[in-house]
Amino acid sequence: MREKVYPDFAAAVADIPDGASIMLAGFAGPGTARNLIAALYRQGAKGLTLISNTPGRWQDDRVDSGLLVKEGRVAKVHAAFTASPHPSVPSPFTDLYEAGKIEAELMPQGTLAERIRAAGAGIAAFYTPTGVGTEMADGKETRVFGGREYVLETALHADYAFVRARRADRFGNLQYHRTQRNFGPVMARAAKVTIVEVDEPVVEEGDIDPDHVHTPGIFVDRIVAVPPDGIQEVPPER
Amino acid sequence: MTEHLRQPLDRQTMANRLAMEFHDGWVVNLGIGIPTLCSNFVHPDRHVVFQSENGLVNYGPLAERGEEDPNLVNAGGQYVVEMAGMAILDHADSFALIRAGYVDVTVLGAYEVAANGDFANWKVAGAKGGGIGGAMDLAVGAKNVFLALEHTTRDGKPRLVERCALPVTAVGVVKLVATNLGLFEITEQGFVLTEIAPGYTPEDVQAVTGAPLTVSPELREFARVS
Repeated sequence: MREKVYPDFAAAVADIPDGASIMLAGFAGPGTARNLIAALYRQGAKGLTLISNTPGRWQDDRVDSGLLVKEGRVAKVHAAFTASPHPSVPSPFTDLYEAGKIEAELMPQGTLAERIRAAGAGIAAFYTPTGVGTEMADGKETRVFGGREYVLETALHADYAFVRARRADRFGNLQYHRTQRNFGPVMARAAKVTIVEVDEPVVEEGDIDPDHVHTPGIFVDRIVAVPPDGIQEVPPER
Repeated sequence: MTEHLRQPLDRQTMANRLAMEFHDGWVVNLGIGIPTLCSNFVHPDRHVVFQSENGLVNYGPLAERGEEDPNLVNAGGQYVVEMAGMAILDHADSFALIRAGYVDVTVLGAYEVAANGDFANWKVAGAKGGGIGGAMDLAVGAKNVFLALEHTTRDGKPRLVERCALPVTAVGVVKLVATNLGLFEITEQGFVLTEIAPGYTPEDVQAVTGAPLTVSPELREFARVS
């Protein structure tokens, strides 16, 4: 069987071309594949399309998509925020966007999650009640079911997904820890190539109970264990 | 002549008042800002279940320094502690439960709320970008939408208006609004003032409100947790 465990982050992202579309899991920190993002930054790919909850913060040297945005490597983002989630916290994206130097598609967070879910579930489009009567429905087909109006949203696919999990076996079965899970399971299914960084050393097949697998290995293509000197999740100084 | 000292309500008092409306067993989703303070209100006989859009059901209070789990945060990115009975969902399932009506109440912040129940909280005037997050899904999915906001902008303009000027988050969904000047139900008659901050008259409140107020016949002073 094809080896899924890669020796380091650079090898796992080496073939990503300019113009690739990449889903980045993570919500407010947990689940963000910071080591893969850092490796892609060093690799140099540009003209990227990023799909993630926010376009990143790149604050206090905490690596996230904001690093790629700030360095001008991103052509377009699909996100639930095109302004900073916290008005007091500036984001590298905001200035570029206001200056027209980056493209963006803004959408409700549940619509983002469901469009990704649909892509990984073989569903072309779906009707959601979210956004009806708002700018989010402008130019989109709407339809009434049972007396209630819904708006048509389409599946969102990507070439790659970067996911962070707690544990993986060699087949790629994944377990997440607490809110690290967020977009991981749906993005792993929606992307053509899913690359995962895991907190712990990769275990053998059979070491994860099948009833306790969150993402089955058939959705996972490449795995890298975060080494002790990798970027770890730690609570911030307060 | 009696001296009536005007006392605008503080944020925790506003949050407590909305939390007093939570029923036993309700699933509660709190937005960032004043709404988060609703979790500080603990009713003696009612237990509510807190849900967060990033996939948390039945989570606990904010984590003390030193007990944070780096992978356990609420929708505002604050570290919380787990509780017995907590469950984790992925993002698609989390929003599935939100859209499908399993959340009994969401408390959100807002820039504007209108007499017809529309509200706006994702884009400020003149900006190209906005921050929707989970607000649009919560606004159409939750059985009850409550808002907590300051009654006016920093330069004194009303936030309670006839119709929203800013792009709306959802249409006709808001039922109850707490501001630093009072508590307002939204009905067929528009805003109904039911409770008022100490020292204020309905005329005082009307003067800084951008839509006609109906004064409830049972108008009383803003209720506080004793």
